[in-house]
Amino acid sequence: MKVRPIAGIVLRQFYLFRGSPVRLLPMFAWVAVDIVLWGFITRYLNSVTASGMDFVPTLLGGVLMWDFFIRIMQGVTTAFLEDVWSRNFLNLFATPVSTAEYVTGLVITSVATSLIGLVVMLVLATALFGLPFFKLGVLLVPFLLVLFSFGIALGVFASALVLRLGPASEWLVWPLPALLSPFVGVFYPLSTLPPWMRGVGYALPPSYVFEGMRSVINGQTFLPALLAWGVALAILQIVLAAYVFSRVYRYAVRTGLLARYSAETVA
Amino acid sequence: MTSDASDVLDVGDLYKSYSGLVAVDHVSFKVRRNEIVGLLGPNGAGKTTIINTILGVLAPTSGTIRIAGIDVAGRRSAALAKTNFAAVYASLPGNLTVAQNLRVFGLIYGVRGLSQRIEELLEQFELARFRDTKCGLLSSGEQTRVGLAKALLNRPELLLLDEPTASLDPSAAQIIRGRIRRLTVEASCGILWTSHNMYEVEEVCDRVLFLSRGKVLLEGDPKRLPKEHGAATLEELFIHFAREPLATSAEAPR
Repeated sequence: MKVRPIAGIVLRQFYLFRGSPVRLLPMFAWVAVDIVLWGFITRYLNSVTASGMDFVPTLLGGVLMWDFFIRIMQGVTTAFLEDVWSRNFLNLFATPVSTAEYVTGLVITSVATSLIGLVVMLVLATALFGLPFFKLGVLLVPFLLVLFSFGIALGVFASALVLRLGPASEWLVWPLPALLSPFVGVFYPLSTLPPWMRGVGYALPPSYVFEGMRSVINGQTFLPALLAWGVALAILQIVLAAYVFSRVYRYAVRTGLLARYSAETVA
Repeated sequence: MTSDASDVLDVGDLYKSYSGLVAVDHVSFKVRRNEIVGLLGPNGAGKTTIINTILGVLAPTSGTIRIAGIDVAGRRSAALAKTNFAAVYASLPGNLTVAQNLRVFGLIYGVRGLSQRIEELLEQFELARFRDTKCGLLSSGEQTRVGLAKALLNRPELLLLDEPTASLDPSAAQIIRGRIRRLTVEASCGILWTSHNMYEVEEVCDRVLFLSRGKVLLEGDPKRLPKEHGAATLEELFIHFAREPLATSAEAPR
C-alpha cells in the first residue's frame, strides 16, 4: 500500500468537512442529543426505582458506546457514499489507487470523525450526568477496540452492499445498527433474550463489550477470555468484510457494474 | 502483432460480451508515442467499452491490454499510473474546488512536485481565477478544462479522451485541440481520442479506427481514408459505415 493515494482519499473527505458545516454538525450534534436524552432518562429511572441501582453507568455508558460504534460504521459508509453521490467512481477507480488503499482512506476518515464524536459524548456524559466512564479502567481500550473493529467491518460490508445493489440501496444500510441493537444487549444482559436471539448475539462482537461493561460496573466476575473471543470475532469480521468488498468490486469490474455505476441516479 | 518500445498502448484481440451480447469483438490496435488515434463509430459501437477496459474499470472477457508495456490485468496500478483520461460523462466532484480536486487526484496519482504542477495546469488551461471555485458551479466548458487539467496531472504516457471538446464552443475547442496536439510532441505521449466531430478528427488525428458493432471495420489516415473509399468527406464515410456497418470497402460510396 502507498501512502499518497491514501492521503488523497483522506484529504478529499477533509476538504468536504472543511467546506461544509452541514457535514460537521452530525459528527457531534446527534450524539450530544442522545447523551442528553438518555442522561435524563437514567436520572428519572434512578429517582423512581427503589432498587438503588445506578442506571447512569449501565444505560448511559451503553448508549455512549453504541453511539461510538454507529459513528465508526457510518463514518466509513458516508465517506464511501460521497463518491456515490458525486458520481466519482469512474474518476477514482481508473486511477492507480488499489481497493485496499481506498478502503484504508475511508477507515482513517471514519476514525477521525468518530473520535470527535466520542470526545463530545464523554465530556457531556461526564460533566452533566456524572458518568464514571473511566471506572472501566484499562478495559476501555479493548472495549473500544472491539466496537471500533466491528464498526469498520460493518461499514465496509455496507459499502460493498451499496456497490453491489446500486446507489438506491443506501437506504438499506442506514438502519443496520438499529437492526443489530436488540441482539447485542446494549441496555440489558443477553440472558434476557430468547435462545435464538442470544445465539445471534453471541456472533456479534459488541455483545461481549456490553456484557463485560455491565460485569465490571456491577462488580461481578469479568471473564477476560470472553472479551478475547469478542476481539477475535471482530478481527475475523473485518477480514470477512474486506473479502466481501473485494469480491463485489471484482464482480463490478467483470460485469460492467462499476463502469455503469456513475450513470445510475440515486432514486 | 508484436509490441515495441514506441507503443504506449497495445490492445490485443480484445473481446467483451455481456450475457451473450458482444460489445467488443476481437479488436486489436496500437497507439504509439507522439500519435493521436481516433476511435470512431456510432453510438453503441463499443468505443466506451474499449476505453473502460483500458482504464481497468471493466474486465475484458478475453484479450490483453498493455500500457507502456505493462499488462493492465496483471499490474493494474503500475499501468494506470502511466495513463489518465477525460470524458464528458466523468466530471470531477462538484463539491470540491478546482484546486482541491487537482490536489486530491494529484496525490492519488502520486504526482511529485504537486503544488508546482497544479500551478502549471491552472495557468495552461486558464483556470487560475477559478482556483477556489467549486467545480459544480463552473460552466460545462470550464468543467471540461478542469477535467483535461486533471488528465494531465501525472504527465501520462497514454491519454484517453472521450469526446473532450463536446462541451466547448468552437473557439475554445480549437485552442484545446492545439494544446493537446502540442502535448503529443512535448510530452511524448500517445492519445486515444473519441469524437463525433469529423472535422475535429480530421484536424487532430494521425490515424483513425472505424468501429461498428464491436469490430474495427476500417483503419487509416483520416485525410486519405475518404478518397480511398470513394467518399467526399470523413463525415460521409462515417455516415455510410454507421448505417451500413457490415459494408466492405468495396461497397463504400463512390
